Amino acid sequence: MEPTCLRWPDVQPDFSVAPRVAVQSAVILDPVSDTSTTATDQEEVWLRPSPRLGTMRRVEVLGVTALAAAIVLVMTAIRFVAGAPVDLATAVILIVAIALAGVLSDRWAQRRVRAWAYRERDDDLLVRRGVMVSRLSVIPYGRMQFIDVVAGPIERAFGLATVRMHTAAASSDARIPGLTQIEAGRLRDHLAQLGEAKAAGL
Amino acid sequence: MDPAAIWHRLLPLSPVIRAGRLFVGAVIVFAGTLLPGSHTTESGAITRAVIGVVVIAFGVVSWLVTRWRVEGNDLRIETGLIRRSSLRFPLPQIQAIDVVRPVLARIFGLAELRLRMGGATAGSARLAYLTASHADTVRAQLLALARGTAIQPETQESPERVLVRLPAGRLIGSLILGSPTVTVLVMAGAIAGAAALSPRAAIGILSSSSAIAIGMVTVIWRRLNGAYNLTVAEAHDGLRVRSGLLDTTAETIPRGRVQAVRMVEPLLWRPLGWCRLEVDVAGRQHRGGENNPERRQLRAVLPVGSRQEAESLLARILPDAPRERTRPPSRARWKAPLRFHNLSWGHNERCAVTTTGRLARITSWVPLTKVQSLRLVQGPAQRGLRLATIYLDTAGHSVHAAIRDRDADEAREQLGELTVLCRAARTAQGFR
Repeated sequence: MEPTCLRWPDVQPDFSVAPRVAVQSAVILDPVSDTSTTATDQEEVWLRPSPRLGTMRRVEVLGVTALAAAIVLVMTAIRFVAGAPVDLATAVILIVAIALAGVLSDRWAQRRVRAWAYRERDDDLLVRRGVMVSRLSVIPYGRMQFIDVVAGPIERAFGLATVRMHTAAASSDARIPGLTQIEAGRLRDHLAQLGEAKAAGL
Repeated sequence: MDPAAIWHRLLPLSPVIRAGRLFVGAVIVFAGTLLPGSHTTESGAITRAVIGVVVIAFGVVSWLVTRWRVEGNDLRIETGLIRRSSLRFPLPQIQAIDVVRPVLARIFGLAELRLRMGGATAGSARLAYLTASHADTVRAQLLALARGTAIQPETQESPERVLVRLPAGRLIGSLILGSPTVTVLVMAGAIAGAAALSPRAAIGILSSSSAIAIGMVTVIWRRLNGAYNLTVAEAHDGLRVRSGLLDTTAETIPRGRVQAVRMVEPLLWRPLGWCRLEVDVAGRQHRGGENNPERRQLRAVLPVGSRQEAESLLARILPDAPRERTRPPSRARWKAPLRFHNLSWGHNERCAVTTTGRLARITSWVPLTKVQSLRLVQGPAQRGLRLATIYLDTAGHSVHAAIRDRDADEAREQLGELTVLCRAARTAQGFR
């Protein structure tokens, strides 16, 4: 794995596309952290999922769209073979609609991918996400009970993994998808280490 | 007698009591065939006898292979004949201890001891059954071990100070004004109305709604049974809540195990100034056990009481609840029209309080030491109105404290402040 993938210094947080609120909250939260970071390196501290997550989401959308289109085609073909009257116009309209839906959901998925960001601070991890509903979670290291690294078949094909943080509260549900497996491993070890050092009882 | 040294067994009567519940069920199921007039075949009787014997035999075997003892700081329970399991329950992680006594166990003077453990995957340890006095002693000893003090042989029930006693009259009044009763009344009204129009339709409605009615009556009964004669007392090992009409439960919540407190003021109780005070404790709900009382994860320490009583009780559970509360900006009315008049929140360095609720007013207190994580959430409607909600996640299960519909800038500032306060609270508690 190329070492540049450990962090993405080249991928600056793209605040122009990220939801306005999340960006502001990041700025507001900064005075809180003990690290007296200057405004310039604050921006570097926000890390984002691998750019490959965007590709993965695109492939997923493409797969679903292709499947839907294939179903329409097969249905039309069956009717044609069976000798039933074939309504070509409807089939074409359906396929166009499916293609349009695919393009729109891809755009949406890309926006969502860009909305993910996380930041390791001295005492807690910040995770922000969401386009429609924007969320910013603050999870203290000491509260993490265990950390999962999960990679489904599609994620594995792209060399990605999802890191899940579990606290004693069921509603916490913090996760970061689309990390390279190296970064996921690093994050897991780092969080586990910090969690051990700062563990808090129930 | 050092309890750490020897293995204990449960009482030999335990399988009988356990089977007793099944037996009662079986009698109800087979009641039809037992009636005179219905012809009971010999094979049917044999089947029943065989089922009975098998149930008893299973019970006896399960009793034979079960033993428990205290090892250092753990409670160890060994059980199982074919799949032998040895369970270890670390006592310092106890969230609450219950002494549960179903009717049948009460008749024989027995009690079940149940330990609620923390953690999402941990279940509860159960010792069923011990004699009632032994159960109390074991509870006192386990609580002493949980606190880290050595058990003396004379470790017994510690003296307690009664905080609240619930009069039966008020409990019944509260049940009459509760939602199940209202449902039953509405249904009765609907049936009466239908009967006036066409008796035939009324019979149809009656037969179809009888299941719901039975369900509602069961709910009312369960509440009455659960909260009857409730006493809340404070002892040095924690808060003790005792209640029950037929089945009794005595719960001990050690100090500092309360994850959140909630006060509910239903609409119908508002004119009487009544409210309900509930305490949330960590630990997973244990479903499908043989006894029902454990279903009540969220324990009402005061099923019905005046505001004054609730506040004095709250002062004992959370000594430093914040007094002042602020209201959300008035534009939040557009986002939450029904909730708006109930929304407010306040905090100090120890505790946060939020109010919400559409019909009933729900006030939740969360000690900042118990906050697991914080979330700032802004939905599309909120973005349009420049509002945001902060959620305080706790390890409890039923209290969801949310600071709803605040001004977005204020919410961001408060999120930062709460993060710092929670960290300070954790540090003060001795953790980092």
